[in-house]
Amino acid sequence: MNTLQIADLRVVLPGTERPVLDGVDLTVASGETVALVGESGCGKTLTSRAALGMVPPRAEATGTVLVDGRDMLTLGARSLRRVRATTTAMIFQDPRAAINPVRRIGDFLTEGLRLTGAWDKTRARERALTLLDAVGLKSTVLRQYPHELSGGMLQRVMIAAALMADPVLLLADEPTTALDVTTQAEIIALLGELQQRFGTAMLFVTHDLDLAAVIADRVAVMYAGRIVETGPAEEVFAAPKHPYTAALLAASPRLDAPEPRLTVIPGRVPGLHTAISGCPFATRCGHADERCATERPQSTAVPGRAEAEVACWNSESLIPQGGAAHG
Amino acid sequence: MSTLALVRRSGPRTARTTRPWLYLICAGFAVLVVLVALLASWIAPADPNSSDLSAALTGPSAGHLLGADGSGRDTLSRLIIGARTALLGPAFVVLFSTLLGVAVGVAAGWRGGWLDSVLSRGSELLLAFPGLLLAILFVALYGQGLVAPVIALSLAYTPYVSRLARSLTLSEKQRPYLAAYRVQGFSNRAICLRHLIPNIGPVVLAQSTVNFGYALIDLAALSYLGLGVPPLTPDWGAMVNEGQSALLQGQPLSAIVPCLAIVLTVVAFNVVGEHWADRVAKREA
Amino acid sequence: MAEPVLEVSGLRKTFGTHPAVDDVSFTVPAGGSLGIVGESGSGKTTTARIIVGLENPDAGHVRVDGHDRINAGRGRAERLRRAQQVQMVFQDPYLSLDPRITVGAALTETLRLHHPGTDQAARVTDLLSQVGLGAREAQALPRQLSGGQRQRVAIARALAVSPRVLVLDEAVAALDVSVQAQILNLLADLRAELGIAYVFITHDLGVVRCVTDEVAVMRRGAIVERGLTASVLAEPEHPYTRLLLESVPGPGWDPKAIVTARKALAAVEQSADAQS
Repeated sequence: MNTLQIADLRVVLPGTERPVLDGVDLTVASGETVALVGESGCGKTLTSRAALGMVPPRAEATGTVLVDGRDMLTLGARSLRRVRATTTAMIFQDPRAAINPVRRIGDFLTEGLRLTGAWDKTRARERALTLLDAVGLKSTVLRQYPHELSGGMLQRVMIAAALMADPVLLLADEPTTALDVTTQAEIIALLGELQQRFGTAMLFVTHDLDLAAVIADRVAVMYAGRIVETGPAEEVFAAPKHPYTAALLAASPRLDAPEPRLTVIPGRVPGLHTAISGCPFATRCGHADERCATERPQSTAVPGRAEAEVACWNSESLIPQGGAAHG
Repeated sequence: MSTLALVRRSGPRTARTTRPWLYLICAGFAVLVVLVALLASWIAPADPNSSDLSAALTGPSAGHLLGADGSGRDTLSRLIIGARTALLGPAFVVLFSTLLGVAVGVAAGWRGGWLDSVLSRGSELLLAFPGLLLAILFVALYGQGLVAPVIALSLAYTPYVSRLARSLTLSEKQRPYLAAYRVQGFSNRAICLRHLIPNIGPVVLAQSTVNFGYALIDLAALSYLGLGVPPLTPDWGAMVNEGQSALLQGQPLSAIVPCLAIVLTVVAFNVVGEHWADRVAKREA
Repeated sequence: MAEPVLEVSGLRKTFGTHPAVDDVSFTVPAGGSLGIVGESGSGKTTTARIIVGLENPDAGHVRVDGHDRINAGRGRAERLRRAQQVQMVFQDPYLSLDPRITVGAALTETLRLHHPGTDQAARVTDLLSQVGLGAREAQALPRQLSGGQRQRVAIARALAVSPRVLVLDEAVAALDVSVQAQILNLLADLRAELGIAYVFITHDLGVVRCVTDEVAVMRRGAIVERGLTASVLAEPEHPYTRLLLESVPGPGWDPKAIVTARKALAAVEQSADAQS
């Protein structure tokens, strides 16, 4: 069974022309890392929040979001809180904004478990010490305040806090974007190690394609609320099947690209007030034809690639540019 | 947002301003009071100082809709004409304290250093001195009338505005658009006048609107004590004072009506000010 | 190499007891582009703020075309001349424009200060088209624009002064990949067209490769390596530069090796500190 199984998730905000999430299918198996990539406004963060049953107020959500077999969209408030406290955990982009600045680190780590009544004080403290050790921090951190720690150390505290209740699913929303590259490597190494040890499933939201390529088992590329391409990370980035994936790769400044001038994607992500008929990327796509503008492409399996799907009418005839430099 | 917290006097804060109907009623009432004050001489049914002794201490009648006071003066007319002095005084207090407070607060916040220390300590000193006491002192020194209390209260209210303006300036200073103007070569004065003050303006105005209500109470209190407007000038505070004897003789209307007018006007301006501040906070968030 | 337009020498700045910038010197040739890379706390942003005049150094000089910027007078003429030497584009396009003022009015304001008596309306149109915006954007308030559009406005506003040097402080870090590519290409075009020199502050080595000729790597307030961008990226000499390059995710990326290398570097630096 998959730890996270999102099927045909559709979220409509009141007063908008297109759904923010438009039929998202996504699975994360136990011990697996799936990277969710795309530009801002594509629905990455919303998807990861939906996995916690957090849907914007007044939004209409249909479909299923199963975490460990329970549907987060239909659970009652009480059971939802319990699932959030015990089986899922989230790591945010800015650790400083996600931590109460006037509480000591020790309180921050243990309060979740103590408040739900699951654990007593001593046991929670022992667990906190074990995890601090696992993330490479000293036990003295327990008595320190957030402002006394650097960004990298705080993010390690956040990871320790996320693992306190032994979650089966870890949602990481751009956890390293605010950090320096060398610190990023440290946090990623740590996450990988902990994931191996605890067997946690991880959904990793990022806009950094190179990072996604190196850490994820599978990637899902999102555009305008839809998943346009999925597949094994290496293969997707080496030979993208969707023009959007290819265009993103070509637009990323990187060290080993063939020439300094970047290939630009014209236009921008369609807003929520533009209705979409057909393929959402059609207006920016160099390969688009009449069919792309009118008929919505369904996700179809990519021939010769395991567990890979692409939603593009022309993907078979397409020889994408830009991905080659990466392989 | 913490910087948007207006300075309030202690007391219950039950008038939550999130209810739109409350804001609309209060805004409507405030506008009505201002209109009445502006058009007072045209809409007052009678001369506020003409005594109709036959009507003295009578209740509402066709000739005197809200009755008459102990000297037989028409309560409604005095109320309407009194709105002029009741609003004019606070208006000047708010005008002067806002101008002075913004100048002091922005200078302290923008320049920092010793200027900030001097201005901030000065403000604290003024804050420690009760406004009403300062006003009484000024009246004692410069004589009765509207001018001395208005100057005294303007000074007393300046620190409320300047403290807010200073903290707003400090937080606004963090925003790179102001640094961008410095890099562009604009003078500090131009940046403050053209960019900083207009951006912190809405919140300062909200505070000033709240201050308007407080100034109205303070000036009414002075008039009630006989230290405000000269005798015979119709004024709400003075009316309450003059109505005391009527109260004892069982015709309370001439005292209660101006009381109500004061309370309702103060509440209306408070609610409007709080609502404006909330609206700015929402827009910023 | 061409005459240097920007010359920074012996720059020092201490906050409290912490030396933020420690003896930083470099030059940028006219029309050249220097990247300053480093991590948070390396002193790169403080260096940038000193160059544009938002911060005063404890020691050192910043010269543009041979004119000292630090000890110049404080009058109006000096202020305007300093502005015409160096302009800056800030990181956050959402906070670097006055929210109340339309794009056209903001540009007119700058033009009126620096180039009074010229046809400002025509120049505003020119500037906007130079950064790929049109008349519709001139009427817009910042909040009606996307992040990329706002950053274009910020660039146009800097160009309105006609500066010799443009300092870009993480100017594309807050933008999405596709928008970032547009802005980087725009910056490359503008440099070719106007011959303006860039100082590009960034933490992203991919960006450095795209838009700079030379690069200086900063670490703990000091420049540890400097050279042509292509050669520094291909053959880094300083261990810290090597660590930075290895840390960029890509094929063969090994986070554990990076962690080890980082610890080794910190240990070397600590023992060096202990000796001095």
